[in-house]
Amino acid sequence: MGRLSGMRPFTYVRATAVRDAVAGVADHPGATFVSGGTDLLNLMKDSAQIHEHVVDINALPLATIDIQPGGPARIGAVARMRDVAEHPAVRSTLPVLAEALLGSASPQVRNMASIGGNLLQRTRCGYFRDAGTPCNKREPGSGCPALTGENRWHAVLGGSEHCIAVHPSDLAVALLALDATVISTGPDCERRTPLNEFYLLPGQTPDRENVLNHGELIVGVEVPTTPLAARSRYLKVRDRATFEFAVVSVAAAVELRGRQVQDVRLAFGGIATRPWRAFAAEDALRGRELTDDVLVAAAAEVVRGATPREQNAFKTELAQRATVDVLRALR
Amino acid sequence: MPVEISRRTVLITAGAVTAVAAVPVTWTVIEGAAPPPAGSSTAEVTLTVNGTVHRRTVEARVTLLDALREQLGLTGTKKGCDRGECGACTVIVDGNRIKSCLTLAVMRDGSEVTTVEGLADGDDLHPMQEAFIEHDAFQCGFCTSGQLMSAVALVEEGHAGSAEEIREWMSGNLCRCGCYPGIVAAVGEASR
Ligand SMILES: Cc1cc2nc3c(=O)[nH]c(=O)nc-3n(C[C@H](O)[C@H](O)[C@H](O)COP(=O)(O)OP(=O)(O)OC[C@H]3O[C@@H](n4cnc5c(N)ncnc54)[C@H](O)[C@@H]3O)c2cc1C
Ligand code: FES
Ligand code: FES
Repeated sequence: MGRLSGMRPFTYVRATAVRDAVAGVADHPGATFVSGGTDLLNLMKDSAQIHEHVVDINALPLATIDIQPGGPARIGAVARMRDVAEHPAVRSTLPVLAEALLGSASPQVRNMASIGGNLLQRTRCGYFRDAGTPCNKREPGSGCPALTGENRWHAVLGGSEHCIAVHPSDLAVALLALDATVISTGPDCERRTPLNEFYLLPGQTPDRENVLNHGELIVGVEVPTTPLAARSRYLKVRDRATFEFAVVSVAAAVELRGRQVQDVRLAFGGIATRPWRAFAAEDALRGRELTDDVLVAAAAEVVRGATPREQNAFKTELAQRATVDVLRALR
Repeated sequence: MPVEISRRTVLITAGAVTAVAAVPVTWTVIEGAAPPPAGSSTAEVTLTVNGTVHRRTVEARVTLLDALREQLGLTGTKKGCDRGECGACTVIVDGNRIKSCLTLAVMRDGSEVTTVEGLADGDDLHPMQEAFIEHDAFQCGFCTSGQLMSAVALVEEGHAGSAEEIREWMSGNLCRCGCYPGIVAAVGEASR
Protein backbone atom coordinates (compact mmCIF):
# COMPACT_ATOMS: atom_id res chain seq x y z
CA MET A 1 0.00 0.00 0.00
CA GLY A 2 2.83 2.38 -0.79
CA ARG A 3 0.74 4.65 -2.96
CA LEU A 4 -1.76 5.80 -0.35
CA SER A 5 -3.00 9.35 -0.37
CA GLY A 6 -0.73 10.63 2.38
CA MET A 7 -3.29 11.16 5.12
CA ARG A 8 -2.04 10.43 8.62
CA PRO A 9 -3.83 7.64 10.46
CA PHE A 10 -7.00 8.58 12.32
CA THR A 11 -9.87 6.82 14.02
CA TYR A 12 -13.29 6.91 12.43
CA VAL A 13 -16.82 6.53 13.66
CA ARG A 14 -20.19 6.86 11.97
CA ALA A 15 -22.60 8.75 14.23
CA THR A 16 -26.27 7.86 14.17
CA ALA A 17 -27.48 10.47 16.66
CA VAL A 18 -26.77 14.21 16.72
CA ARG A 19 -25.81 14.07 20.39
CA ASP A 20 -23.23 11.35 19.69
CA ALA A 21 -21.78 13.27 16.77
CA VAL A 22 -21.40 16.44 18.82
CA ALA A 23 -19.89 14.58 21.79
CA GLY A 24 -17.60 12.64 19.46
CA VAL A 25 -15.96 15.85 18.25
CA ALA A 26 -16.36 18.07 21.31
CA ASP A 27 -14.59 15.54 23.54
CA HIS A 28 -11.47 15.32 21.31
CA PRO A 29 -9.43 18.44 20.52
CA GLY A 30 -8.12 16.81 17.33
CA ALA A 31 -11.47 15.58 16.06
CA THR A 32 -13.63 16.82 13.20
CA PHE A 33 -16.86 16.04 11.37
CA VAL A 34 -16.90 14.67 7.85
CA SER A 35 -19.84 15.02 5.52
CA GLY A 36 -19.07 14.84 1.79
CA GLY A 37 -15.36 14.80 2.52
CA THR A 38 -14.67 16.82 -0.62
CA ASP A 39 -12.78 19.55 1.21
CA LEU A 40 -11.70 17.79 4.38
CA LEU A 41 -9.88 14.97 2.61
CA ASN A 42 -7.91 17.37 0.42
CA LEU A 43 -6.86 19.39 3.46
CA MET A 44 -5.80 16.24 5.31
CA LYS A 45 -3.87 14.90 2.31
CA ASP A 46 -1.95 18.17 2.16
CA SER A 47 -1.48 18.28 5.95
CA ALA A 48 -3.13 21.71 5.93
CA GLN A 49 -5.33 20.12 8.62
CA ILE A 50 -4.45 17.14 10.78
CA HIS A 51 -7.10 15.21 12.69
CA GLU A 52 -6.76 12.16 14.92
CA HIS A 53 -10.48 11.38 14.93
CA VAL A 54 -13.17 11.78 12.27
CA VAL A 55 -16.91 11.59 12.96
CA ASP A 56 -19.05 10.77 9.92
CA ILE A 57 -22.35 12.67 10.05
CA ASN A 58 -23.91 11.25 6.88
CA ALA A 59 -26.19 8.84 8.75
CA LEU A 60 -27.79 11.66 10.76
CA PRO A 61 -31.38 12.52 9.82
CA LEU A 62 -30.35 15.92 8.44
CA ALA A 63 -30.78 15.49 4.68
CA THR A 64 -34.28 16.91 4.32
CA ILE A 65 -35.26 19.83 2.11
CA ASP A 66 -38.56 21.19 3.36
CA ILE A 67 -40.36 24.10 1.70
CA GLN A 68 -43.99 24.59 2.66
CA PRO A 69 -46.00 27.28 0.86
CA GLY A 70 -45.70 30.54 2.77
CA GLY A 71 -43.06 29.25 5.17
CA PRO A 72 -39.26 29.39 5.09
CA ALA A 73 -37.18 26.79 3.29
CA ARG A 74 -35.48 24.44 5.71
CA ILE A 75 -32.47 22.68 4.32
CA GLY A 76 -30.71 20.02 6.34
CA ALA A 77 -26.94 20.20 6.78
CA VAL A 78 -26.21 16.92 5.00
CA ALA A 79 -28.52 17.59 2.05
CA ARG A 80 -26.34 17.32 -1.07
CA MET A 81 -25.62 20.32 -3.27
CA ARG A 82 -27.19 18.50 -6.20
CA ASP A 83 -30.43 17.70 -4.40
CA VAL A 84 -30.88 21.30 -3.27
CA ALA A 85 -30.05 22.69 -6.73
CA GLU A 86 -32.53 20.34 -8.41
CA HIS A 87 -35.37 20.80 -5.93
CA PRO A 88 -38.30 22.31 -7.87
CA ALA A 89 -39.38 24.61 -5.03
CA VAL A 90 -35.82 25.85 -4.56
CA ARG A 91 -35.60 26.66 -8.25
CA SER A 92 -38.87 28.56 -8.26
CA THR A 93 -38.74 30.36 -4.91
CA LEU A 94 -34.96 30.81 -4.41
CA PRO A 95 -33.47 30.95 -7.92
CA VAL A 96 -30.20 32.54 -6.78
CA LEU A 97 -29.59 29.52 -4.56
CA ALA A 98 -30.11 27.00 -7.36
CA GLU A 99 -27.95 29.07 -9.73
CA ALA A 100 -25.11 29.42 -7.22
CA LEU A 101 -25.10 25.68 -6.54
CA LEU A 102 -25.26 24.68 -10.20
CA GLY A 103 -22.37 27.04 -10.89
CA SER A 104 -20.25 25.39 -8.19
CA ALA A 105 -17.63 22.67 -8.61
CA SER A 106 -18.52 19.70 -10.85
CA PRO A 107 -21.47 17.30 -11.08
CA GLN A 108 -19.49 14.64 -9.19
CA VAL A 109 -18.58 17.01 -6.35
CA ARG A 110 -22.17 18.28 -6.16
CA ASN A 111 -23.35 14.67 -5.76
CA MET A 112 -21.08 14.32 -2.72
CA ALA A 113 -20.81 17.70 -1.02
CA SER A 114 -23.26 18.84 1.64
CA ILE A 115 -24.74 22.21 2.52
CA GLY A 116 -23.09 22.33 5.95
CA GLY A 117 -19.70 21.27 4.58
CA ASN A 118 -19.94 23.82 1.81
CA LEU A 119 -20.44 26.67 4.28
CA LEU A 120 -17.40 25.46 6.24
CA GLN A 121 -15.03 24.79 3.34
CA ARG A 122 -11.66 26.50 3.79
CA THR A 123 -10.07 29.12 1.57
CA ARG A 124 -8.37 28.13 -1.68
CA CYS A 125 -5.43 30.46 -0.89
CA GLY A 126 -2.38 28.55 -2.11
CA TYR A 127 -0.33 29.50 0.94
CA PHE A 128 -3.01 28.14 3.27
CA ARG A 129 -3.17 24.84 1.38
CA ASP A 130 0.60 24.43 1.13
CA ALA A 131 1.78 23.29 4.55
CA GLY A 132 5.34 24.17 3.51
CA THR A 133 4.70 27.93 3.47
CA PRO A 134 3.84 30.35 6.30
CA CYS A 135 0.16 31.19 6.77
CA ASN A 136 -1.49 32.98 9.70
CA LYS A 137 -4.74 31.13 9.10
CA ARG A 138 -3.11 27.70 9.28
CA GLU A 139 -0.34 28.56 11.74
CA PRO A 140 -1.12 31.75 13.66
CA GLY A 141 1.83 34.12 13.85
CA SER A 142 3.77 32.58 10.95
CA GLY A 143 3.00 35.42 8.53
CA CYS A 144 0.99 36.05 5.36
CA PRO A 145 3.00 35.69 2.14
CA ALA A 146 -0.05 36.68 0.08
CA LEU A 147 0.17 40.33 1.14
CA THR A 148 3.15 40.83 -1.15
CA GLY A 149 3.16 37.54 -3.05
CA GLU A 150 0.67 35.69 -5.25
CA ASN A 151 -2.51 37.61 -4.52
CA ARG A 152 -4.55 37.61 -7.71
CA TRP A 153 -7.18 35.42 -6.00
CA HIS A 154 -7.23 37.43 -2.80
CA ALA A 155 -9.55 39.92 -1.16
CA VAL A 156 -9.78 43.65 -1.73
CA LEU A 157 -12.30 44.09 1.09
CA GLY A 158 -12.40 42.87 4.68
CA GLY A 159 -8.69 41.99 4.89
CA SER A 160 -6.20 42.73 7.64
CA GLU A 161 -2.42 42.82 7.76
CA HIS A 162 -2.66 39.20 8.95
CA CYS A 163 -4.77 37.68 6.15
CA ILE A 164 -6.45 38.55 2.85
CA ALA A 165 -7.71 35.08 1.91
CA VAL A 166 -11.11 34.85 0.20
CA HIS A 167 -13.91 32.61 1.44
CA PRO A 168 -14.61 30.45 -1.62
CA SER A 169 -18.24 29.32 -1.16
CA ASP A 170 -20.77 30.32 -3.82
CA LEU A 171 -23.56 28.92 -1.67
CA ALA A 172 -22.72 31.26 1.21
CA VAL A 173 -22.93 34.29 -1.08
CA ALA A 174 -26.38 33.28 -2.29
CA LEU A 175 -27.59 32.50 1.24
CA LEU A 176 -26.31 35.88 2.42
CA ALA A 177 -28.44 37.64 -0.19
CA LEU A 178 -31.39 35.55 0.98
CA ASP A 179 -31.11 36.52 4.69
CA ALA A 180 -30.52 32.88 5.67
CA THR A 181 -29.99 31.67 9.23
CA VAL A 182 -27.59 28.92 10.27
CA ILE A 183 -28.94 26.53 12.89
CA SER A 184 -26.33 24.74 14.96
CA THR A 185 -26.07 22.59 18.03
CA GLY A 186 -23.10 22.18 20.34
CA PRO A 187 -22.32 20.29 23.55
CA ASP A 188 -24.21 22.85 25.60
CA CYS A 189 -25.89 25.22 23.21
CA GLU A 190 -28.31 25.33 20.35
CA ARG A 191 -28.51 28.53 18.40
CA ARG A 192 -29.60 30.36 15.30
CA THR A 193 -27.09 32.69 13.71
CA PRO A 194 -27.98 35.03 10.85
CA LEU A 195 -25.55 34.26 8.03
CA ASN A 196 -24.45 37.89 8.08
CA GLU A 197 -23.04 37.29 11.58
CA PHE A 198 -21.79 33.76 10.97
CA TYR A 199 -18.46 34.50 9.27
CA LEU A 200 -15.79 36.54 11.06
CA LEU A 201 -13.39 39.05 9.60
CA PRO A 202 -9.78 37.85 9.84
CA GLY A 203 -8.56 40.73 12.03
CA GLN A 204 -5.79 39.39 14.25
CA THR A 205 -7.24 35.86 14.34
CA PRO A 206 -7.61 34.66 10.75
CA ASP A 207 -7.59 31.07 12.02
CA ARG A 208 -11.07 31.70 13.40
CA GLU A 209 -13.41 31.93 10.43
CA ASN A 210 -16.87 31.65 11.93
CA VAL A 211 -18.73 31.73 15.23
CA LEU A 212 -18.94 27.95 15.69
CA ASN A 213 -17.19 26.39 18.66
CA HIS A 214 -15.25 23.14 18.46
CA GLY A 215 -17.75 20.29 18.28
CA GLU A 216 -20.65 22.50 17.25
CA LEU A 217 -22.62 20.89 14.44
CA ILE A 218 -24.54 22.76 11.74
CA VAL A 219 -27.98 21.17 11.73
CA GLY A 220 -29.33 23.10 8.77
CA VAL A 221 -30.11 26.48 7.28
CA GLU A 222 -33.39 28.33 7.17
CA VAL A 223 -34.17 30.60 4.24
CA PRO A 224 -37.15 32.97 4.07
CA THR A 225 -39.15 32.58 0.85
CA THR A 226 -40.10 36.17 0.11
CA PRO A 227 -41.03 38.08 -3.08
CA LEU A 228 -37.50 39.48 -2.87
CA ALA A 229 -35.99 36.00 -2.87
CA ALA A 230 -38.12 34.95 -5.82
CA ARG A 231 -36.52 37.66 -8.03
CA SER A 232 -32.89 36.78 -7.52
CA ARG A 233 -29.92 35.95 -9.73
CA TYR A 234 -26.33 34.72 -9.36
CA LEU A 235 -23.59 35.96 -11.63
CA LYS A 236 -20.24 34.20 -11.37
CA VAL A 237 -17.19 35.52 -13.22
CA ARG A 238 -14.36 33.00 -13.54
CA ASP A 239 -11.22 32.23 -15.49
CA ARG A 240 -12.88 29.48 -17.52
CA ALA A 241 -16.49 28.91 -18.49
CA THR A 242 -17.24 26.28 -15.86
CA PHE A 243 -15.79 24.09 -13.06
CA GLU A 244 -13.84 26.93 -11.46
CA PHE A 245 -14.03 29.11 -8.37
CA ALA A 246 -15.23 32.68 -8.70
CA VAL A 247 -12.86 35.53 -9.41
CA VAL A 248 -15.83 37.74 -8.62
CA SER A 249 -19.41 36.67 -7.99
CA VAL A 250 -22.56 38.55 -7.08
CA ALA A 251 -25.90 37.38 -5.74
CA ALA A 252 -28.64 39.92 -6.25
CA ALA A 253 -32.30 40.02 -5.23
CA VAL A 254 -34.59 42.88 -6.23
CA GLU A 255 -38.20 43.56 -5.38
CA LEU A 256 -39.78 46.27 -7.50
CA ARG A 257 -42.87 48.33 -6.84
CA GLY A 258 -43.78 49.66 -10.24
CA ARG A 259 -40.35 50.68 -11.52
CA GLN A 260 -38.95 51.58 -8.13
CA VAL A 261 -36.80 49.38 -5.98
CA GLN A 262 -38.81 48.37 -2.95
CA ASP A 263 -36.07 46.21 -1.48
CA VAL A 264 -32.74 44.80 -2.63
CA ARG A 265 -29.89 42.55 -1.51
CA LEU A 266 -26.40 42.44 -2.94
CA ALA A 267 -23.84 39.89 -1.75
CA PHE A 268 -20.41 39.20 -3.21
CA GLY A 269 -17.89 36.41 -3.48
CA GLY A 270 -14.28 36.57 -4.61
CA ILE A 271 -13.64 40.12 -3.46
CA ALA A 272 -13.71 39.82 0.33
CA THR A 273 -12.40 37.73 3.19
CA ARG A 274 -15.90 36.61 4.00
CA PRO A 275 -19.10 36.45 1.94
CA TRP A 276 -19.72 40.17 1.60
CA ARG A 277 -22.96 42.07 1.86
CA ALA A 278 -22.85 45.51 0.16
CA PHE A 279 -25.13 47.54 2.42
CA ALA A 280 -24.14 50.96 1.05
CA ALA A 281 -24.83 49.85 -2.52
CA GLU A 282 -28.24 48.53 -1.46
CA ASP A 283 -29.03 51.89 0.15
CA ALA A 284 -28.10 53.62 -3.09
CA LEU A 285 -30.74 51.53 -4.89
CA ARG A 286 -33.71 51.56 -2.52
CA GLY A 287 -36.53 53.79 -3.69
CA ARG A 288 -34.80 54.47 -7.02
CA GLU A 289 -35.47 53.41 -10.59
CA LEU A 290 -32.83 51.05 -11.95
CA THR A 291 -31.50 53.39 -14.62
CA ASP A 292 -27.95 52.85 -15.83
CA ASP A 293 -26.80 55.94 -13.91
CA VAL A 294 -28.24 54.61 -10.67
CA LEU A 295 -26.65 51.19 -11.26
CA VAL A 296 -23.22 52.65 -11.91
CA ALA A 297 -23.41 54.85 -8.81
CA ALA A 298 -24.51 51.93 -6.64
CA ALA A 299 -21.74 49.72 -8.07
CA ALA A 300 -19.16 52.30 -7.01
CA GLU A 301 -20.40 51.90 -3.44
CA VAL A 302 -19.64 48.15 -3.54
CA VAL A 303 -15.88 48.73 -3.68
CA ARG A 304 -15.61 51.98 -1.75
CA GLY A 305 -12.72 51.62 0.70
CA ALA A 306 -11.24 48.62 -1.15
CA THR A 307 -7.55 47.82 -0.64
CA PRO A 308 -6.28 46.41 -3.92
CA ARG A 309 -2.98 44.53 -4.02
CA GLU A 310 -0.46 44.14 -6.78
CA GLN A 311 -2.24 41.36 -8.70
CA ASN A 312 -5.90 41.84 -7.77
CA ALA A 313 -6.59 45.52 -8.46
CA PHE A 314 -8.71 44.46 -11.45
CA LYS A 315 -11.30 43.09 -9.03
CA THR A 316 -12.55 46.54 -8.05
CA GLU A 317 -13.50 47.24 -11.66
CA LEU A 318 -14.77 43.71 -12.31
CA ALA A 319 -17.00 43.75 -9.23
CA GLN A 320 -18.62 46.99 -10.40
CA ARG A 321 -19.27 45.66 -13.88
CA ALA A 322 -20.70 42.44 -12.47
CA THR A 323 -23.01 44.49 -10.23
CA VAL A 324 -24.34 46.48 -13.17
CA ASP A 325 -24.79 43.35 -15.29
CA VAL A 326 -26.70 41.36 -12.71
CA LEU A 327 -28.98 44.28 -11.86
CA ARG A 328 -29.73 44.95 -15.52
CA ALA A 329 -31.00 41.38 -15.75
CA LEU A 330 -33.33 42.04 -12.82
CA ARG A 331 -34.89 45.37 -13.83
CA MET B 1 -37.02 9.59 22.31
CA PRO B 2 -37.62 12.57 20.04
CA VAL B 3 -35.74 15.53 21.47
CA GLU B 4 -36.66 19.09 20.62
CA ILE B 5 -33.75 21.29 19.71
CA SER B 6 -34.07 23.98 22.32
CA ARG B 7 -33.23 27.62 21.77
CA ARG B 8 -31.57 30.14 23.96
CA THR B 9 -29.41 33.17 23.69
CA VAL B 10 -25.76 32.33 23.49
CA LEU B 11 -22.67 34.42 23.89
CA ILE B 12 -20.43 34.20 20.88
CA THR B 13 -16.89 35.36 20.30
CA ALA B 14 -15.71 38.94 20.70
CA GLY B 15 -18.61 39.74 22.97
CA ALA B 16 -21.15 39.73 20.16
CA VAL B 17 -24.55 38.39 21.11
CA THR B 18 -26.78 36.43 18.80
CA ALA B 19 -30.42 36.91 19.62
CA VAL B 20 -32.31 33.68 19.27
CA ALA B 21 -35.86 33.86 18.05
CA ALA B 22 -38.61 31.54 19.18
CA VAL B 23 -39.57 29.69 16.02
CA PRO B 24 -40.78 26.15 15.53
CA VAL B 25 -38.21 23.43 15.57
CA THR B 26 -37.29 22.07 12.18
CA TRP B 27 -35.29 18.98 12.85
CA THR B 28 -36.54 16.43 15.27
CA VAL B 29 -33.64 14.27 16.21
CA ILE B 30 -34.04 10.78 17.57
CA GLU B 31 -31.33 10.31 20.15
CA GLY B 32 -29.91 6.95 21.09
CA ALA B 33 -29.53 6.06 24.76
CA ALA B 34 -26.16 4.34 24.41
CA PRO B 35 -22.88 6.24 24.94
CA PRO B 36 -21.26 7.45 21.73
CA PRO B 37 -19.31 4.62 20.12
CA ALA B 38 -15.54 5.00 20.15
CA GLY B 39 -13.74 5.21 16.85
CA SER B 40 -11.47 2.72 15.23
CA SER B 41 -8.52 3.19 12.89
CA THR B 42 -9.50 0.16 10.82
CA ALA B 43 -12.90 -1.16 9.88
CA GLU B 44 -14.47 -4.06 8.12
CA VAL B 45 -16.03 -2.73 4.93
CA THR B 46 -18.40 -4.44 2.52
CA LEU B 47 -18.53 -3.11 -1.02
CA THR B 48 -20.49 -4.58 -3.88
CA VAL B 49 -18.34 -3.73 -6.88
CA ASN B 50 -19.72 -4.51 -10.33
CA GLY B 51 -22.05 -7.04 -8.73
CA THR B 52 -19.40 -8.88 -6.70
CA VAL B 53 -19.47 -8.57 -2.91
CA HIS B 54 -16.09 -7.78 -1.35
CA ARG B 55 -15.41 -7.77 2.37
CA ARG B 56 -12.13 -6.25 3.50
CA THR B 57 -10.52 -4.73 6.55
CA VAL B 58 -9.39 -1.24 5.57
CA GLU B 59 -7.65 1.57 7.35
CA ALA B 60 -9.98 4.50 7.99
CA ARG B 61 -7.70 6.82 6.02
CA VAL B 62 -7.94 4.79 2.80
CA THR B 63 -9.92 6.52 0.07
CA LEU B 64 -12.42 4.57 -1.99
CA LEU B 65 -10.06 5.07 -4.94
CA ASP B 66 -7.12 3.46 -3.12
CA ALA B 67 -9.31 0.65 -1.84
CA LEU B 68 -10.49 -0.15 -5.36
CA ARG B 69 -7.04 0.02 -6.91
CA GLU B 70 -4.73 -1.26 -4.20
CA GLN B 71 -6.92 -3.61 -2.21
CA LEU B 72 -9.34 -4.98 -4.79
CA GLY B 73 -6.88 -4.77 -7.69
CA LEU B 74 -9.38 -2.90 -9.87
CA THR B 75 -6.93 -0.57 -11.56
CA GLY B 76 -9.28 0.61 -14.31
CA THR B 77 -10.22 3.55 -12.10
CA LYS B 78 -7.34 6.04 -12.39
CA LYS B 79 -5.65 8.37 -9.95
CA GLY B 80 -4.83 11.66 -11.65
CA CYS B 81 -4.77 14.56 -9.20
CA ASP B 82 -6.08 12.83 -6.04
CA ARG B 83 -7.70 16.23 -5.21
CA GLY B 84 -11.09 16.12 -6.96
CA GLU B 85 -9.94 18.25 -9.85
CA CYS B 86 -9.50 15.90 -12.82
CA GLY B 87 -12.28 13.30 -12.70
CA ALA B 88 -10.06 10.33 -13.64
CA CYS B 89 -11.26 8.51 -10.51
CA THR B 90 -15.00 8.86 -11.28
CA VAL B 91 -17.11 5.85 -10.29
CA ILE B 92 -20.83 5.39 -9.76
CA VAL B 93 -21.85 4.72 -6.16
CA ASP B 94 -25.47 3.88 -5.36
CA GLY B 95 -26.52 5.45 -8.65
CA ASN B 96 -24.52 8.68 -8.34
CA ARG B 97 -21.27 9.54 -10.08
CA ILE B 98 -18.66 10.65 -7.55
CA LYS B 99 -14.94 11.26 -7.33
CA SER B 100 -13.56 8.25 -5.51
CA CYS B 101 -10.43 10.14 -4.38
CA LEU B 102 -12.58 12.44 -2.20
CA THR B 103 -14.37 9.81 -0.13
CA LEU B 104 -13.19 7.24 2.38
CA ALA B 105 -13.86 3.55 1.79
CA VAL B 106 -15.25 3.32 5.33
CA MET B 107 -17.80 6.02 4.46
CA ARG B 108 -19.09 3.80 1.64
CA ASP B 109 -19.58 0.61 3.66
CA GLY B 110 -22.58 -1.28 2.24
CA SER B 111 -22.57 0.60 -1.07
CA GLU B 112 -22.93 -0.61 -4.64
CA VAL B 113 -20.07 0.60 -6.80
CA THR B 114 -19.78 0.49 -10.57
CA THR B 115 -16.32 0.99 -12.05
CA VAL B 116 -15.21 0.97 -15.67
CA GLU B 117 -14.59 -2.79 -15.34
CA GLY B 118 -18.34 -3.18 -14.85
CA LEU B 119 -19.46 -1.50 -18.08
CA ALA B 120 -18.83 -4.23 -20.64
CA ASP B 121 -20.76 -7.49 -20.66
CA GLY B 122 -17.98 -9.99 -21.29
CA ASP B 123 -16.61 -9.08 -24.72
CA ASP B 124 -19.63 -6.93 -25.53
CA LEU B 125 -18.67 -3.33 -24.92
CA HIS B 126 -21.09 -0.86 -23.35
CA PRO B 127 -22.63 1.44 -26.02
CA MET B 128 -20.73 4.35 -24.46
CA GLN B 129 -17.43 2.47 -24.90
CA GLU B 130 -18.34 1.72 -28.54
CA ALA B 131 -19.15 5.36 -29.12
CA PHE B 132 -15.81 6.49 -27.62
CA ILE B 133 -13.96 4.20 -30.03
CA GLU B 134 -16.14 5.31 -32.94
CA HIS B 135 -15.49 9.02 -32.30
CA ASP B 136 -11.78 8.88 -31.38
CA ALA B 137 -12.68 10.15 -27.92
CA PHE B 138 -9.27 9.36 -26.41
CA GLN B 139 -5.57 9.35 -27.11
CA CYS B 140 -3.45 8.28 -24.13
CA GLY B 141 -6.55 6.90 -22.40
CA PHE B 142 -5.65 7.97 -18.89
CA CYS B 143 -8.79 10.04 -18.38
CA THR B 144 -11.02 7.65 -20.32
CA SER B 145 -12.37 5.39 -17.59
CA GLY B 146 -13.44 8.49 -15.64
CA GLN B 147 -14.91 10.07 -18.77
CA LEU B 148 -16.88 6.88 -19.47
CA MET B 149 -18.31 6.65 -15.95
CA SER B 150 -19.27 10.31 -15.98
CA ALA B 151 -20.81 9.96 -19.43
CA VAL B 152 -22.89 6.93 -18.49
CA ALA B 153 -24.19 8.77 -15.42
CA LEU B 154 -24.80 11.98 -17.38
CA VAL B 155 -27.08 10.17 -19.83
CA GLU B 156 -28.92 8.57 -16.93
CA GLU B 157 -29.37 12.02 -15.33
CA GLY B 158 -30.89 13.38 -18.55
CA HIS B 159 -28.19 15.94 -19.29
CA ALA B 160 -27.38 14.94 -22.88
CA GLY B 161 -29.88 17.30 -24.53
CA SER B 162 -27.35 19.27 -26.60
CA ALA B 163 -23.61 19.49 -27.20
CA GLU B 164 -23.53 22.54 -24.94
CA GLU B 165 -25.32 20.72 -22.14
CA ILE B 166 -22.99 17.71 -22.49
CA ARG B 167 -19.94 19.98 -22.24
CA GLU B 168 -21.26 21.60 -19.06
CA TRP B 169 -22.16 18.31 -17.40
CA MET B 170 -18.87 16.64 -18.43
CA SER B 171 -16.91 19.58 -17.00
CA GLY B 172 -15.72 17.60 -13.98
CA ASN B 173 -13.61 15.40 -16.29
CA LEU B 174 -10.47 16.91 -17.74
CA CYS B 175 -8.59 15.47 -20.71
CA ARG B 176 -4.99 16.52 -21.09
CA CYS B 177 -4.91 15.14 -24.63
CA GLY B 178 -7.72 17.51 -25.54
CA CYS B 179 -10.15 14.94 -26.90
CA TYR B 180 -13.16 17.02 -25.92
CA PRO B 181 -14.80 17.24 -29.38
CA GLY B 182 -14.70 13.45 -29.71
CA ILE B 183 -15.99 12.96 -26.19
CA VAL B 184 -18.94 15.31 -26.73
CA ALA B 185 -19.79 13.58 -30.01
CA ALA B 186 -19.54 10.12 -28.42
CA VAL B 187 -21.74 11.02 -25.48
CA GLY B 188 -24.28 12.59 -27.82
CA GLU B 189 -24.41 9.49 -29.99
CA ALA B 190 -24.58 7.00 -27.14
CA SER B 191 -27.44 8.96 -25.57
CA ARG B 192 -29.66 8.56 -28.63
C1 LIG C 1 -12.45 20.38 -7.61
C2 LIG C 1 -13.33 21.18 -6.71
C3 LIG C 1 -13.95 22.32 -7.20
C4 LIG C 1 -14.77 23.09 -6.36
N1 LIG C 1 -15.40 24.20 -6.86
C5 LIG C 1 -16.22 24.92 -6.05
C6 LIG C 1 -16.92 26.06 -6.51
O1 LIG C 1 -16.82 26.44 -7.69
N2 LIG C 1 -17.71 26.73 -5.65
C7 LIG C 1 -17.86 26.34 -4.35
O2 LIG C 1 -18.61 26.98 -3.61
N3 LIG C 1 -17.20 25.27 -3.87
C8 LIG C 1 -16.40 24.56 -4.70
N4 LIG C 1 -15.73 23.47 -4.21
C9 LIG C 1 -15.77 23.20 -2.79
C10 LIG C 1 -16.90 22.28 -2.44
O3 LIG C 1 -18.13 22.93 -2.65
C11 LIG C 1 -16.71 21.88 -0.98
O4 LIG C 1 -15.59 21.04 -0.92
C12 LIG C 1 -17.90 21.15 -0.43
O5 LIG C 1 -19.06 21.93 -0.52
C13 LIG C 1 -17.66 20.76 1.01
O6 LIG C 1 -18.76 19.99 1.47
P1 LIG C 1 -18.52 18.53 2.07
O7 LIG C 1 -19.83 18.04 2.53
O8 LIG C 1 -17.77 17.68 1.13
O9 LIG C 1 -17.63 18.95 3.31
P2 LIG C 1 -16.50 18.12 4.09
O10 LIG C 1 -15.27 18.08 3.28
O11 LIG C 1 -17.06 16.85 4.59
O12 LIG C 1 -16.31 19.08 5.34
C14 LIG C 1 -15.77 20.39 5.20
C15 LIG C 1 -15.61 20.97 6.61
O13 LIG C 1 -16.88 21.21 7.19
C16 LIG C 1 -17.03 20.50 8.41
N5 LIG C 1 -18.43 20.07 8.42
C17 LIG C 1 -19.10 19.41 7.44
N6 LIG C 1 -20.39 19.33 7.74
C18 LIG C 1 -20.56 19.94 8.95
C19 LIG C 1 -21.68 20.20 9.79
N7 LIG C 1 -22.93 19.82 9.46
N8 LIG C 1 -21.49 20.85 10.96
C20 LIG C 1 -20.25 21.25 11.31
N9 LIG C 1 -19.15 21.03 10.56
C21 LIG C 1 -19.31 20.40 9.39
C22 LIG C 1 -16.02 19.39 8.36
O14 LIG C 1 -15.60 19.05 9.66
C23 LIG C 1 -14.89 20.04 7.57
O15 LIG C 1 -14.11 20.82 8.42
C24 LIG C 1 -14.94 22.68 -5.03
C25 LIG C 1 -14.33 21.54 -4.55
C26 LIG C 1 -13.52 20.79 -5.38
C27 LIG C 1 -12.88 19.56 -4.83
S1 FES D 1 -7.99 11.59 -9.07
FE1 FES D 1 -9.94 12.04 -8.26
S2 FES D 1 -10.49 13.80 -9.37
FE2 FES D 1 -8.42 13.54 -9.99
S1 FES E 1 -7.03 10.76 -23.51
FE1 FES E 1 -5.17 11.46 -22.62
S2 FES E 1 -5.91 12.59 -20.92
FE2 FES E 1 -7.71 12.19 -22.00
